[in-house]
Amino acid sequence: MTGTRVARRTGTAPRIGESARRPDGVPKATGSFSFSSDLRHDRMLWGGTLRSPHPSARIRSVQIGEAVAVTGVHAVLLSDDVPGQKVFGLEHRDQPVLAGDVVRYEGEPIAIVAADHPEAVRTALRAIVVDYEVLTPVVDPMTVEETESIHPDGNLIRRIHLRHGSQDVVGDVQVEGTYEVAMQDQAFLGPESGMAVPADDGSIDLYVATQWLHSDRDQVADCMGLDPEKVRLTLAGVGGAFGAREDLSLHVHLCMLAQHTGRPVKMVYSREESFHGHVHRHPAQMWYRHHADRDGTLVRVEARLILDGGAYASSSSAVIANATCFAAGPYRVPSAEINGAAVRTNNPPCGAMRGFGAVQTCFAHEAQMDRLAKALGMDPVELRLHNALVPGDKLLTGQTITGTAPVAEVIRTCAEHPSAAAIATDPLELPGGTGRTADPGHVVRGEALALGFKNLMFSEGFDDSSEASCRLLDGVATITSACAEVGQGFVTVVQQIVREVLGVDEVVLLQASTADVGSAGSTSASRQTWMSGGAVQEACGQVRVQLLERLATQCGVDTDDLVLADGQIVSLSGGLEVDLAVATEEPVEASVVFRHAPTWPLDEHGQGSAHVAFAFSAHRAIVDVDTELGLVKVVELTTSQDVGRVLNPMQVVGQLEGGAAQGVGLAVMEEVLVTDGRIRNASFTDYLVPTALDMPPVEIAALIEQAEPGAPFGAKGIGEAPAISSTAAVAAAIRNATGLNLPRVPVRPVDIVFPEGAT
Amino acid sequence: MSADTYSLKVNGTDRQVTESLPGESLLRVLRERLGFHGSKNACEEGECGSCTVVVNGQTVCSCLVLAESVTGYEITTIEGVADDDGLSDVQQAFIDTGAVQCGFCTPGLVMSVGALLDSVPDPDELAVREAISGNLCRCTGYGRIIEAVSQTVDGRRDDGSRS
Ligand code: FES
Ligand code: FES
Repeated sequence: MTGTRVARRTGTAPRIGESARRPDGVPKATGSFSFSSDLRHDRMLWGGTLRSPHPSARIRSVQIGEAVAVTGVHAVLLSDDVPGQKVFGLEHRDQPVLAGDVVRYEGEPIAIVAADHPEAVRTALRAIVVDYEVLTPVVDPMTVEETESIHPDGNLIRRIHLRHGSQDVVGDVQVEGTYEVAMQDQAFLGPESGMAVPADDGSIDLYVATQWLHSDRDQVADCMGLDPEKVRLTLAGVGGAFGAREDLSLHVHLCMLAQHTGRPVKMVYSREESFHGHVHRHPAQMWYRHHADRDGTLVRVEARLILDGGAYASSSSAVIANATCFAAGPYRVPSAEINGAAVRTNNPPCGAMRGFGAVQTCFAHEAQMDRLAKALGMDPVELRLHNALVPGDKLLTGQTITGTAPVAEVIRTCAEHPSAAAIATDPLELPGGTGRTADPGHVVRGEALALGFKNLMFSEGFDDSSEASCRLLDGVATITSACAEVGQGFVTVVQQIVREVLGVDEVVLLQASTADVGSAGSTSASRQTWMSGGAVQEACGQVRVQLLERLATQCGVDTDDLVLADGQIVSLSGGLEVDLAVATEEPVEASVVFRHAPTWPLDEHGQGSAHVAFAFSAHRAIVDVDTELGLVKVVELTTSQDVGRVLNPMQVVGQLEGGAAQGVGLAVMEEVLVTDGRIRNASFTDYLVPTALDMPPVEIAALIEQAEPGAPFGAKGIGEAPAISSTAAVAAAIRNATGLNLPRVPVRPVDIVFPEGAT
Repeated sequence: MSADTYSLKVNGTDRQVTESLPGESLLRVLRERLGFHGSKNACEEGECGSCTVVVNGQTVCSCLVLAESVTGYEITTIEGVADDDGLSDVQQAFIDTGAVQCGFCTPGLVMSVGALLDSVPDPDELAVREAISGNLCRCTGYGRIIEAVSQTVDGRRDDGSRS
């Protein structure tokens, strides 16, 4: 994927602001791109995982004798075989690599197998005998704090009791509501997969699809009992991530099997296994009360938020911080009390997914704003504009917004954008689509707008950095970064940045690996364009300065007299003109560690300047609803987004459309159904993600460009905002069409047809 | 687990499949035995279209087809859609319009779009959406993919009017 060189006339390759094509586009379109599931090695074995069928149980014994005896089996390993630390975790190391004496969720790994062939793996897994003492799972997040602990760390993962401003404020008008968001799956298409290759010196190479190589490396090394430099992680082709690859899955298992057998071992999860093998978006239960003056000015917001973290902590403590900090939406709220808690249950573990806590509260605060507008007799768009944050305003955390915040612009451009939505004439375009079930007489249309926002990059004082280096040799720039390309297009943007700063056309981005460079941080939190893009920009800037200084010394001219542009270095005073390729026959290199402005932890009242910057978005949805069958067709989505600056218009559009699709999915169809701790729909047959027929065209009303201070080229991260306000907008449009309350997403047919009886 | 030998005609060339286990899917055989990794394996249960290949002119989910059942058929995979290491117009349009992000869905979509345009040269948007509704894409929201199809249609129309 990387290392593609395209020779052209210097200065013609697309730079910042242009729709550069992906450097990995050709191999991806021809099928030659190597994804993690395509890895091969001549001597490789196949690995597999035995998982608990019970959400809660004690393990009395595990017998592996028969499994070991299966022809072709090379290893069967258990918890006792974990060579180092027995637990891993993104923020808290609380999750066993392999369950020892207790299992806490359905699908928890208990044993791993390596064999010659996948069929032998399956046979061996079936031959392992586990004696369980089945326990009643703890599954209700609302009561779990009063229940006996299911983990030594307790059932409360984190509580934030945010209090902002005076606590005595009471509004003339109050609206109250209870809301619920179901569990969503990231549903990336490329299944979890990877290969571990043992080396003679006891070190291990792990090729894996991930979002954060160095965090994985540190956890794997600890669990393997190896020094970090003895574990080298290299990014294998990633088929989408959306948060689900931030935690370890098969990483340590592969390394254990490889070390034990002395052979390369490959593992690929099935789709069903994938549903059990990664964290999901937290289901949320939310209660809200909004207070306003009669003119619509928000004076206070109260909320209680419960996120079900499932059996292990993953990133729950950061997700609940986001949900709490952004609970009221991008509005000026002088007084607030938000009580947010992430709790532990025997449900599937939850963690990162695009939007990270802001999706759940956006659904609730936008429903509240509509309810408030109704109570006030005010237009809902006007109400939002009246309360919209502006730079200099304070957030619920007391933090002052010092960067850009074009909230009103986002609302206005989205609301005013003309709609192209026609009344459906073809039955295929009505709710129910190809089923041709809709009676046009029962179809009603609705429209609504929702607004959302979220922080960019890591928060609460986390030391968030990205390292990158640039080497300019013979006019070709080689960039080293451990940033994980997961589909978002970092590989494209990095080329544009390098060309912009160095005036070169040929840019080679080396494969991301822990062996070559320090951490780039995670491909999450909308942070990589800013962080790793910033690191690359700074490294290139240093190379440029060094090169000009070197040439100035060699030629006896003043550095300020030299200009580097389009593959040439020329002196302003004339007389000097050097081809960049000639000037860099001796390499010039620089390496930098980039950091964003510092943040601080939240205090005991949830107050503090915990965040770096924010991105805002609005969606307007138009829906048709078949009230008889409860089916919804999303007819059109219109969006405006605060993007700082557009670096690649084509990729920006792709992020906005793709994020909106995930929001539409959560609004009308996506739910991991969990009953008594068990996932009932671990397949694409039963877990529905939007198809091309479910997804409407996305109209981009405006990309608001106000350069963000401190960000490379002023560009904000754009990946998450599209997934935040889209769900809320679609749900609100269904309310507008039907007049129903619809306090839960996804909105199911039963919620529309039998709203009273909906459960 | 007797080892049968049979032959599959993939992209115009006969290939011997040896040591195959009974019941192996066409997708498994293509990927693991014949080295065609372009067909993808996002679900292996017929729901995502990432494994789409063309068998005797019909798009099929290769994960649902018994490999041995298509001996003697013409099988076209993503590796067979372009000549001489070049790109088909569909592939080129996917790249040019930004229809490729992570790319895991791309080979399957290229097969489905190619088959659609071979039978319906100028489909309306609903027909395109219908034709690719068996191909899940989690990254793009389909907007750029629809755009890639119309760019291909336009390109073929221009070529047709020139010749
Ligand atoms: S892999 Fe065949 S349809 Fe998904
Ligand atoms: S580009 Fe990632 S699934 Fe389609």
